[in-house]
Amino acid sequence: MSSTESLLSVAGLEVAYGRTAAVQGIDLVVGEGQVVSLIGANGAGKTTTLRALSGMMRPRAGRIVFAGADIAGLPAHRVAALGMRHVPEGRQIFAELTVDENLAMGAWLESDGAEIARRREQVLERFPRLRERLTQAAGTLSGGEQQMLALGRALMGAPRLLLLDEPSMGLAPLFVEEIFGIIEGLKREGVTILLVEQNASAALEVADTAYVLEGGRIALSGPALKVAHDPAVMAAYLGG
Amino acid sequence: MLAQQLVNGVLLGATYALFALGFTLMFGVLKVINLTYGFYFTAGAFAALFFTRYVVASVWLALPVAAIAAGIIAMACDGLLLTRLRRRGAPELSSLMVTVGAVLALNSAAAALFSPDIRRLPVGLVSVESFNFWGVRVTTAQFLVLGASIVLVGALIWLLRGTRVGVAIRAVAENPEAAGLMGINTGRTAALVSFVSGALAGAGGMLIGLNFNAIHPYMGEEMMLRGFVVVIVGGLGDIRGALIAGLMLGVVEVLTAGYIDSGMKEAVSFAILVLVLWTRPSGLFGAPKLRRA
Repeated sequence: MSSTESLLSVAGLEVAYGRTAAVQGIDLVVGEGQVVSLIGANGAGKTTTLRALSGMMRPRAGRIVFAGADIAGLPAHRVAALGMRHVPEGRQIFAELTVDENLAMGAWLESDGAEIARRREQVLERFPRLRERLTQAAGTLSGGEQQMLALGRALMGAPRLLLLDEPSMGLAPLFVEEIFGIIEGLKREGVTILLVEQNASAALEVADTAYVLEGGRIALSGPALKVAHDPAVMAAYLGG
Repeated sequence: MLAQQLVNGVLLGATYALFALGFTLMFGVLKVINLTYGFYFTAGAFAALFFTRYVVASVWLALPVAAIAAGIIAMACDGLLLTRLRRRGAPELSSLMVTVGAVLALNSAAAALFSPDIRRLPVGLVSVESFNFWGVRVTTAQFLVLGASIVLVGALIWLLRGTRVGVAIRAVAENPEAAGLMGINTGRTAALVSFVSGALAGAGGMLIGLNFNAIHPYMGEEMMLRGFVVVIVGGLGDIRGALIAGLMLGVVEVLTAGYIDSGMKEAVSFAILVLVLWTRPSGLFGAPKLRRA
């Protein structure tokens, strides 16, 4: 895939916590409409990569080109304005706001009331459970419902690129299945997704392209099907 | 006698509540105990004083002037003193100490510029007429103070609960990082919160100046002590708690002055503060939450 049709292209990205380097020079491309999975062990630098992409952390070096603009080092709110939506690790919903207020904050950058109402209706159709809980404080939702709210909140921003950090973490198997079903659905609708997952088999199944991170570097990349059949990947991440 | 004391206490408490609301809002969102807050109170009172003396002798215009002037000063102070620390993620103690230094500098500068003398608002600014309700006397100034406090508190609650900007303020208060991911400019939100808090302090300064007819550079410092009592008893960051605790403190002060000794007011207030910290460290009304607006 040529870089002209890529929505996101990352080159030589380095990110550090103080003096500890967490990401040590990675290159990564996400094409429009693609689902790209980033897999790897705990501490491989997956979450840090997403945080640098969305502006939650300043990278130490490297280029991040998103929708034609160099966004490396921009604050999160300006990256969001370009159409990137990051559903962070641990969901980070606003626990003290109601479900409806959380959704409204997802559409903060949209000023057209009719458009906001339309998106809200779409999100509530996708997550009917949220409709029953609109006036409830978000902190009272179950873990699975909170993940749906976090996803719904991100979709309220009509993202061009959705970054998902461990959407299945800590969820009951039934919810995990539901979350991956939703990701499949979004993919069919043409939403571009960069997915970070511990659940490597599910992540590889849904993805077009996959990257394997090890110690802050890319150990392997390619079409997801090919990565899934790599012997080393099978041994390390897919349980043999 | 008791009825009169209670009415006076509630009217006094309304201004305490107004003052403490801005302080608790500032803490709830910006997570810093900003000691320059008392200065905004003084600044509001002086803005009202100069405006009514040299521009127009109108209470109705002086109140917004005092609020806006203090709000702008608060925004400038926060921007100059604390933004840099916030961006670097400096420990809370650094921010606190910066505001300790700043408020001493600001107060002594104000005392040097304006002299520490007590000044009064122009005579006749408010009618000296008073009204009698079944033996309870309420002055025009007191009515004004109560009316303005109710309007300002109502406006604050409407802002926080009824507007998108208010929801964003609460979102930033709870999780600034996640708020940034929504596209909310947290720096601008901090500036707005500083303005609103400063405006509440400034309005409070003018109203207290009116009620006691005394304006001087250290009035904010005296008020800060009460602000602390109200905010701690009500729970730091708790809007509803500050309202209730403000009214309570006003009543307690007036009753102490009336039935014990007026010199004991502060002693009783601070005894309450210590008792609350011992027994209910997060305030009488539970956990500190802006949600309870």
